[in-house]
Amino acid sequence: MSIDLVQIRNDIRTRKTTARATVDQTLARIAKNNPQLNAYHEIFDDQARNDADRIDQEIAAGKSVGILAGVPIAIKDNIVTRIGHTTCSSRILENYRSPFDATVIDRLTQAGAIILGKTNLDEFAMGSSCEKCAWGVVRNPWDITRVPGGSSGGSAVAVAANLCAAALGSDTGGSIRQPAGLCGVVGFKPTYGRISRYGLVAFGSSLDQIGPITHSVRDAALLYQCMAGDDPRDSTCAPRAVEDVVTTLEETPRTFRVGLPIQYRKGNSAAVDAAVARAVEFFKAMGATIVDIDLPLTDVGISTYYVIAPAEASSNLARFDGIRYGHRTKSKAAKDLFDLYAQSRAEGFGPEVQRRIMLGTYVLSAGYYDAYYRRALQIRRLIKQEFDAAFEKCDVILGPTSPTAAFSIGGMTDPLAMYMCDVYTVNTNIAGICGISLPAGFDETSQMPLPVGIQLQAQAFAEPMLLKVARAFERAQGGRAYPELKKV
Amino acid sequence: MSDQPAPLTIEDVRHVAKLARLAVPQERLASFQHDLQAILGHIAQLQSVNTDGLEPMAHPLTLTNRLGDDIPQSSMPIADLLRNAPAVEGDFLAVPKVLGGESS
Repeated sequence: MSIDLVQIRNDIRTRKTTARATVDQTLARIAKNNPQLNAYHEIFDDQARNDADRIDQEIAAGKSVGILAGVPIAIKDNIVTRIGHTTCSSRILENYRSPFDATVIDRLTQAGAIILGKTNLDEFAMGSSCEKCAWGVVRNPWDITRVPGGSSGGSAVAVAANLCAAALGSDTGGSIRQPAGLCGVVGFKPTYGRISRYGLVAFGSSLDQIGPITHSVRDAALLYQCMAGDDPRDSTCAPRAVEDVVTTLEETPRTFRVGLPIQYRKGNSAAVDAAVARAVEFFKAMGATIVDIDLPLTDVGISTYYVIAPAEASSNLARFDGIRYGHRTKSKAAKDLFDLYAQSRAEGFGPEVQRRIMLGTYVLSAGYYDAYYRRALQIRRLIKQEFDAAFEKCDVILGPTSPTAAFSIGGMTDPLAMYMCDVYTVNTNIAGICGISLPAGFDETSQMPLPVGIQLQAQAFAEPMLLKVARAFERAQGGRAYPELKKV
Repeated sequence: MSDQPAPLTIEDVRHVAKLARLAVPQERLASFQHDLQAILGHIAQLQSVNTDGLEPMAHPLTLTNRLGDDIPQSSMPIADLLRNAPAVEGDFLAVPKVLGGESS
């Protein structure tokens, strides 16, 4: 039953099925499974059905329709939509309704996509487990006692459990790739600046990137193609033409070199190491050259990230002050403006968000700026230089997405230990390059088999090559696997 | 480790909370102190990296100022923007008295 967005799109266009039937079936699966999985916070049933009917009429009338016509897409709830709410899974934005659509929403709907609903995340995208969501934990469909990863856990679960044709996530330090890996689906973080951030609620502005979470690499390529490109409303969007990645996707990549960082081999579970080893054998058989590469600052990446990201977050989240939008305290004790800010923020933000705001404020404060923030930015340059040197020797870097498969809900209580899960993903964002997580087998040692992901990273703006290599791997694997769910 | 940061005091935590505009109740200060100390202890590894002569990198793209064309456009309707405001008076956002400055 391997089906992806491209297949659904083709079936709707050739009238093997209808957009309405697709939406109805998806909504029925959501009704059955979402109460347990908690992937979605909000579902736009009526609007989705109306959109589907309109597209079906256009197709029946022989009108030309967009390349995503009729496919239902789930949106991470930190991307603003005029329809419904945008909460960032935070109490501080519980009732927030955006007066505008994000650029990615404009581009998807112009291509005919149907916005199906908003998915849960770790509050303000700060987390790796989706346990820090104000609307309850999200559960991994492969084993509901396990986390789905985070922060785009709701989107990854919606795809894994087939509760949408595809989903959008955002990735600041691994938040697309890690949950995709733990849920057995494809998660693609494009190069920084490739996709407009206009309408993505800012967390770490120099790190944040929107990207697709999908059933297949060809779906990821198609959605990327629809969304990528300059945007006058985001001055950090790259002013650079977007190559056609869709029509070249099936080409077998010409001779290419796969780099294996020697630092990516310690501390992984046996199943993760085995998945990487299988991928190495596959690429060898394809004729790729395998080279060892050296990324000595891999470990230092976490420390660098946990200075830069909280620093940017403490500044970005200053806008949530209870004045223009969001939660305002009802406490009579808040007599002046300072009390109003401090009390509203303390009531609205959860513990992890407060921890990161405090950390970011500390590293930016007088006396500590040079020792922490400035130094982290210098090391950021070193990490970038390290990648540049590595990409002299190889075209893609292969390694695990995460050191282990999904951990148990409630099983990781130490914040620092949780941060370490992102050791293979944060440096992609620090350097601003691109990366993709692909389903690569299962960890069979746990009670229920759990998906394991591999990650391919490539130089900034090397998406066409990265996607071709990823697609070649995917073709050899066959389609993705599906967890057993409640039948409709 | 010699490059461990100086211990964070409860007073430091209170000061950072004030800068961050977060009302942290007395009983939660110690838990913030514990967590922040642990994270800063880990981050101390940054001090062991040689960064002599390196230009800080604030951003992955080397973009300079980008200028847009100067085209008049309509702004969002005031009613749409005020819809999310917690307190409104007429076409204005309502706030507590501001004169007298922020208290400490």
